[in-house]
Amino acid sequence: MNDMTDEERQLVEWLADMNEDDALALAKRMLLEDKKNPMRVLELCRAAMDIVGKRFEEGEYFLPELVLAGEMLETIGAIAKPLIKLGDGGEAKKHGKVLIGTVHGDLHDIGKNIVSFMLDINGFEVKDIGVDVPVRTFIDEINTWQPDVVGLSGFLTLAFESMKETIAAFESAGMRDKFKVMIGGGQIDDTVKNYTGADAFGVNAVEAVALCRRWMGVAA
Amino acid sequence: MNAPAASAAYDQRWQRIQDCINLKQPDRMPVALYSTFWLAKYGGITCKQLMYDYEKTKEIAERAVLEFEPDVISTLLLTVASGRSLEAIGFKQLQWPGHGVGDNQPFQYLDREYMKADEYDEFIFDPTGYYLHTYLPRVAEAFEGFEELPNFPGLHYFRLVGSVRSFANPRVRAAFENVFKAAEESERFFQHHVQFMARMASLGYPATNGTTGVSPYDFIADYFRGATGMMKDLFRNKDKLLQLLDKVAVFLLRQIIPTAKASGNPIVFIPIHWAPDAFMSPKQFETFWWPSFRKMLIGLIDVGLVPMPLWEADCTKRLEVIKDVPAGKCIYWFERTDMVKAFEVLGDVVALRGNLSPSLLTTGKPDEVDAAVKHLVDNVWNQGGKLILDAAFGLPDETPVENVRAMFDAARKYAG
Ligand code: B12
Repeated sequence: MNDMTDEERQLVEWLADMNEDDALALAKRMLLEDKKNPMRVLELCRAAMDIVGKRFEEGEYFLPELVLAGEMLETIGAIAKPLIKLGDGGEAKKHGKVLIGTVHGDLHDIGKNIVSFMLDINGFEVKDIGVDVPVRTFIDEINTWQPDVVGLSGFLTLAFESMKETIAAFESAGMRDKFKVMIGGGQIDDTVKNYTGADAFGVNAVEAVALCRRWMGVAA
Repeated sequence: MNAPAASAAYDQRWQRIQDCINLKQPDRMPVALYSTFWLAKYGGITCKQLMYDYEKTKEIAERAVLEFEPDVISTLLLTVASGRSLEAIGFKQLQWPGHGVGDNQPFQYLDREYMKADEYDEFIFDPTGYYLHTYLPRVAEAFEGFEELPNFPGLHYFRLVGSVRSFANPRVRAAFENVFKAAEESERFFQHHVQFMARMASLGYPATNGTTGVSPYDFIADYFRGATGMMKDLFRNKDKLLQLLDKVAVFLLRQIIPTAKASGNPIVFIPIHWAPDAFMSPKQFETFWWPSFRKMLIGLIDVGLVPMPLWEADCTKRLEVIKDVPAGKCIYWFERTDMVKAFEVLGDVVALRGNLSPSLLTTGKPDEVDAAVKHLVDNVWNQGGKLILDAAFGLPDETPVENVRAMFDAARKYAG
């Protein structure tokens, strides 16, 4: 996005710099008063989120920035989406479909949300099915949504067992070879990967993106 | 073991911990037994039984202590047997067996916004009033009704005499009755704990800590604002947050110091949630997290107590900052921070505790546990590190008993 007006560049900068008040005020003005194309505004948000993602990868930003960025994006999205009319231009191309959820018995969702956020801003179509997800729900979602990658998140040691069970159920349902399985969360490491039968584990959201890129054959 | 022998064994074990704290060489590497729901697995009972059956839980805990002969033990009963007390007070921040989770699941904390962003001013201005009218009824059913209590500051003369009628309000009365019932159960629970720890002491086993604490940041993040609410406050309510952190450090000290003194054990266990490398930038850490916590550490040290923070997750990038405490006064327990690295940075400042990995303990084989202990002995203990061996955050609930045996056996085999 090189062809930005000064105002547009300002919005991207404020969003990327966590200047929430100014960014939201400007986005609202652009959408509601100046009647700018809502697709354009969302594109600007995406550009800002790219910067946020980069800063996170480079160790300049941490969780708090991602949480705030996610929330700014949500706020603007909620205003912009109802304004989108047919012919405003379609959704950006997606690299592949990733289904993600926290396995049963586990309620931790911050890590998973960050992974969803990072995959989303990196061009993947993400479906997040929440926390404490029963094995059955994973199977049903996979059947209807046909993801390319399934991500299991878990932070408790009891999640090792839940992950193993969930992956074994993919096996018994005869669907295990239809998608890749990645796991992650605080305690997850290589030992757990082997124990559960996942294809890979990722220590953070950046690795989650790298794994999906590799599997989908997308260049970084 | 007869009483004098047990008493001598107690002294020997406690001396090892003292030596570690004072950065002196103990006669061998001490090993801690810290468990939450692992005792259910060990004793072959459900998590629910462990939470509700005081006698059974004491019996299983005693059996474990006698089997492994640790140098120090956690407050084994107090940590898990809270079922009846939670029920009596109608505690809303946890789910536990029979109350939201199955009989064989551990209790779990619910991450919610228990204090709203626009309540900072009220909390800062009048913490006690905020507790009485807002926080307590929100987190425990027994206190529902306290909303109707009068505002105490400002009561005077005939206004005081008249305002006492609030206590005749049926909701307030009911609340007091519920609180009295909860208090009775809580007192029973506490007496079981005291009695259990006294029995362990009489058998020769000291406790790892007398009481627990919390860092000011974690206190607000976990119990008031919720995980994401707090992260947003770093931007949206920065100044108020800093003001509250300062205040919280003071009232937490007022909570901790008398309980620690009453327990007779100087060690204060402080599990730490929000310090890890991934959770905030070094600058945010040094602005929001560390200053109020350091103030607390020094406050504890100044009255002769020994803080034992458990730095959860990976805190490698924090080591240089948290090193800023007087030498020989604290135990730093690390969960996932590489212990060798921690020793290199902090070895001449604090005693260390930890940190066999949870995935290894739950899914590994005894010989792998043995190797992991040997690694810590070779690279920390034998290099002069004052290490108290433990798992990363006590024994994971699912740890097979043979891996616990391997941990204790290896400690004796490699480090006395
Ligand atoms: C925050 C937190 C909570 C919050 C959760 C809030 C929420 N909405 O999620 C609350 C307070 C509610 C909570 C509750 C509990 N918790 Co908790 N919690 C934590 C804590 C401090 C941080 C976890 C976190 O969110 N990290 C933030 C994320 C973003 O950090 P991260 O790990 O770097 O995230 C990256 C990776 O994990 C990865 N990732 C994550 N998911 C995925 C998925 C895939 C596919 C991939 C590739 C990568 C990936 O990408 C992320 C982004 O970069 C950890 C300790 C710790 N320091 O890790 C304990 C911890 C996980 N909790 C623990 C426990 C015990 C509990 C409770 C049982 C406590 C209790 N008795 O109430 C309950 C359990 C509730 C339940 N059933 O789940 C233990 C688990 C111990 C064990 N052996 O099982 C821990 C390790 C603390 C400890 N040392 O004891 N907890």
